[in-house]
Amino acid sequence: MGDVVLASLLLPLAGAVAAAVAPARRTVAVVTAAGQTVLAVVLAVTVLRDGPVATAPGGWEPPLGIALRVDGVAAAVGLLAAVVVTAVLAHACASPASTGPATEPAAGRSAYWPLTLLTLAGLQAVLVAADLFTTYVALELLTLGAVALVALGGRGAYGPALRYLCLAVLGSFAFLVAVALVYARTGTLTLDLAAAALPPGPALTTALGLATVGLLVKSALFPLHAWLPDAHAAAPTAVSPLLSALVVKGSFVVLLRVWTALGGDAALASVLAVLATGAVAWGGVLALRAAALKRVVAYSTVAQVGYLVLLLPLVTPALAGGDGVAVDVARTAWQGVLLVLLAHGLAKAAMFLAAGTLVGVAGSGRVADLGGTAARAPVVVTAYALAGVCLAGLPPSLGFVGKWALLDAALTGGRWWVVAVLLGGGLLTAAATARVLAATLREPGPGDGPPPGTPHGREEAPGATALPTPRAGERWPALALALLAVVTCVGSAWLADLVLVGAPPGVGG
Amino acid sequence: MTWTAWIPVLVLLTSLVPAVVILLLPERRERLRTALSLAGAAAKVALVVALVGPVVDGRRPEVRVPFLPDVDLVLRVEPFSLYFLGLSAFLWLVTTVYAVGYLRDHGHHRSRFFGFFSLCVVATSGVALSGNLVTFVVFYELLTLATYPLVAHDQTPAALRGARTYLHYTLVGGVALLLGAVWLTVLIGPVEFADRGSPAVAALAASDPGTLRLVVALMLGGLAVKAALVPVHGWLPKAMVAPAPVSALLHAVAVVKAGVFGIVLVVDMVLGVQVAEDLGVLLPLTVVACVTILWGSVRALAQDGLKARLAYSTVSQVSYVVLGVSLVSATGMTGGVVHIVHQGLMKITLFFCAGLLAQTLGLTRVSQLAGVGRRMPLTCAAFTVGALGMIGIPPVAGFVTKWWLGLGALDAGEPWVLAVLVTSSLLNAAYFLPVVARMWWGKAEAGAVLPRPVGPEAPWTMVTPALVTAGCSIAVALGAGLAFSPLSMARVIVEEGWWP
Repeated sequence: MGDVVLASLLLPLAGAVAAAVAPARRTVAVVTAAGQTVLAVVLAVTVLRDGPVATAPGGWEPPLGIALRVDGVAAAVGLLAAVVVTAVLAHACASPASTGPATEPAAGRSAYWPLTLLTLAGLQAVLVAADLFTTYVALELLTLGAVALVALGGRGAYGPALRYLCLAVLGSFAFLVAVALVYARTGTLTLDLAAAALPPGPALTTALGLATVGLLVKSALFPLHAWLPDAHAAAPTAVSPLLSALVVKGSFVVLLRVWTALGGDAALASVLAVLATGAVAWGGVLALRAAALKRVVAYSTVAQVGYLVLLLPLVTPALAGGDGVAVDVARTAWQGVLLVLLAHGLAKAAMFLAAGTLVGVAGSGRVADLGGTAARAPVVVTAYALAGVCLAGLPPSLGFVGKWALLDAALTGGRWWVVAVLLGGGLLTAAATARVLAATLREPGPGDGPPPGTPHGREEAPGATALPTPRAGERWPALALALLAVVTCVGSAWLADLVLVGAPPGVGG
Repeated sequence: MTWTAWIPVLVLLTSLVPAVVILLLPERRERLRTALSLAGAAAKVALVVALVGPVVDGRRPEVRVPFLPDVDLVLRVEPFSLYFLGLSAFLWLVTTVYAVGYLRDHGHHRSRFFGFFSLCVVATSGVALSGNLVTFVVFYELLTLATYPLVAHDQTPAALRGARTYLHYTLVGGVALLLGAVWLTVLIGPVEFADRGSPAVAALAASDPGTLRLVVALMLGGLAVKAALVPVHGWLPKAMVAPAPVSALLHAVAVVKAGVFGIVLVVDMVLGVQVAEDLGVLLPLTVVACVTILWGSVRALAQDGLKARLAYSTVSQVSYVVLGVSLVSATGMTGGVVHIVHQGLMKITLFFCAGLLAQTLGLTRVSQLAGVGRRMPLTCAAFTVGALGMIGIPPVAGFVTKWWLGLGALDAGEPWVLAVLVTSSLLNAAYFLPVVARMWWGKAEAGAVLPRPVGPEAPWTMVTPALVTAGCSIAVALGAGLAFSPLSMARVIVEEGWWP
């Protein structure tokens, strides 16, 4: 199985190179993503059945070599990434405008295909890397791919892309210093070995603190989130889903591993609890108030990152050697947050695709100008609505399953503030989605659409023909992702089992 | 595993498949859309009929799907599920026929309408068949989401406002219900619905009554929103902006009924009437129900809009169900359970008629109805039956309910409830009889000219459903003593299942 792990790294890299030089970029990219999905399914099934898969390519064994390991989290997120990239590429094939503005040089648009595969390769590398230096390199690869993708948005996106680059590099630098510190103290780069060799003390706390801050900048935790709404909203339609659904998850998964391996820190956990609460509230409120549709969606990501970070304070007591209840809480919270992560990945990708398409259909990026789009693009609006249901954690959706598990964990552990954050945040998200839906249902201004009650014997009411409608290829990928986020609700127990495979002992893995 | 075990899933599929297909249909495929809706509705009725035999024989078809590692989604056919399912299947069929007629000439976005209409029925059937709390919460929330596009259907600013109010109320209520449900699951594991209550809940009531009281208050508080109990009833009159078939469905089978159905489940199949009484949740419930009954009626008096008057009447009438199950008496509980069907039949008749008057003659206000009985005699006859039933005049269904509720109140030692029932009936008469009188004997005001009758008074697809449900409202009262009448079924459910 080690070969499959290696293949899952090399396939998107090879695809990226091929897509950069071959004339048939789209075909290469889509075939690569589909192949990656197959590999990801194989890996997920294997991990679920036989446990984690580890390999050391080139025979460079730990403590210094390149170690690769696929645990349940890596398999699940890898599968998410492959599915999302496939759907987004399918959308991009149908809609050239979604890969960048037509005013830009043609080279910009054609760079979309290799860059997307490069980002996929970077994410896969982050997920399977088992030593700290490989992780660092993979994170940089992921960042560079993502920044370049943002810049495809044209002149308006250069500023946000540059800001994203600066902050992301700063975050990487903090992480690198933490890695260097660990290596200097322990002489190893393998996380588990290093954790065993590093006694509690200032060195461990410093390393943990630096890594946490660096990775949270990359994941855009409030109040380090300011780059995200600009970058994600300025990016082209076929890029924003990758950034929101996948890229921020890469650094979060690394944080989860570092945090659990190094045993966490109670004081830092309390700070994170406050920040996560702030993220859910601030992101939720701004999503409700933002005037531009894509910023609504981007702020919702800020809020969702808050949910993910809730996991760290919830597992910390168990890592510190807590009793059976603490382990119980940690295990349920682990499952809950990772289900939320997967749900958010699917739903946010669908939502950004839908939002980008709606902006095209409405001819304006403002929520207030969406009137009439529900009639002209019902499939796209449905995709947006389903994604919103999942993000708000309403049934039936995978987000609901995750929220249920998290609520379970919070109530078992008596963490009432988590309950309040989850329920309040869910209402804010639902309200933000309802606001957008109401805007799409509203009748457009006079003259640009049929009034209510127009007899539909004549489908083509005068004036309605001139308004743009989405193409077929722009409708279905978003709807497919949104439906996936909903139907995985039934029988999602296997996903909850999968993410526990190879999880740290403290959370009952 | 016999063939009946898969029936619960089939019941959902009979409306889920039409819902999905219809949502994808282009607007002009009217015949296919109608055929799918009707076929789904008819298939569901057939399935319900097929289930009666096995359930009477004591079988409880059940399907389980894992949801989280130690929590399942469960669909199970209990007698009470079948009772509610039967009501929704029958009324859905009737309402589909009505909606086809209603939207024929004035409709827009009909694929969306019928698609979500069917999805609503999926949710209602799911609520009816839920075997545990998680499943109930899933379908209960799905119902909220599926009805939103229906309430907003007209897309006017008023419709969007009404839909938003609806969503705000129900989502917040849903949060309270969710919290209560998760909390209870954390305390005692997945809560299966069971006759006379879940044993684990009874054990918890003995060891930690304070927490259980809080959990139950959260759940009932959440459910009260959809059940439109005072003071969280405010969404219902605002949701009146919906098209008439939607209002009919909302008031008679779907949303409001899901709320009261949930309350009945919590009281009788989670707690059990004995535990509920020991915890002291029944008396507050009785008081809230009585306040709602009176307040709804008082507000109905002042409404000139016909649908608004009917909406407040629903607020009042649905609480009879809550009142019934909050009485510690088999008779009272039977009265409450039977009113689930009775209120559904009568209220859907009234809404059908309101829709007929609005759609055919453009009449939406009580003050405009003078003399309309001569123009639309069948519609007004059906309305009269519904109105008399609501007041509680024999031989219409409402009388049976009030009789059993009254006996139950005496039986439970709460004679003051009788006064509430009498006052409420007087108020019912005060806001319904003037409407009826004006319809038949009122003189049209000068200037208010009714259009000349041409041919039949309205499309048969709209008149027939109203006549059928009006006829049923009388039949269930006249045949109350027969086997398989709603009353007999309610008695079986209560006396063999719930009464300790």
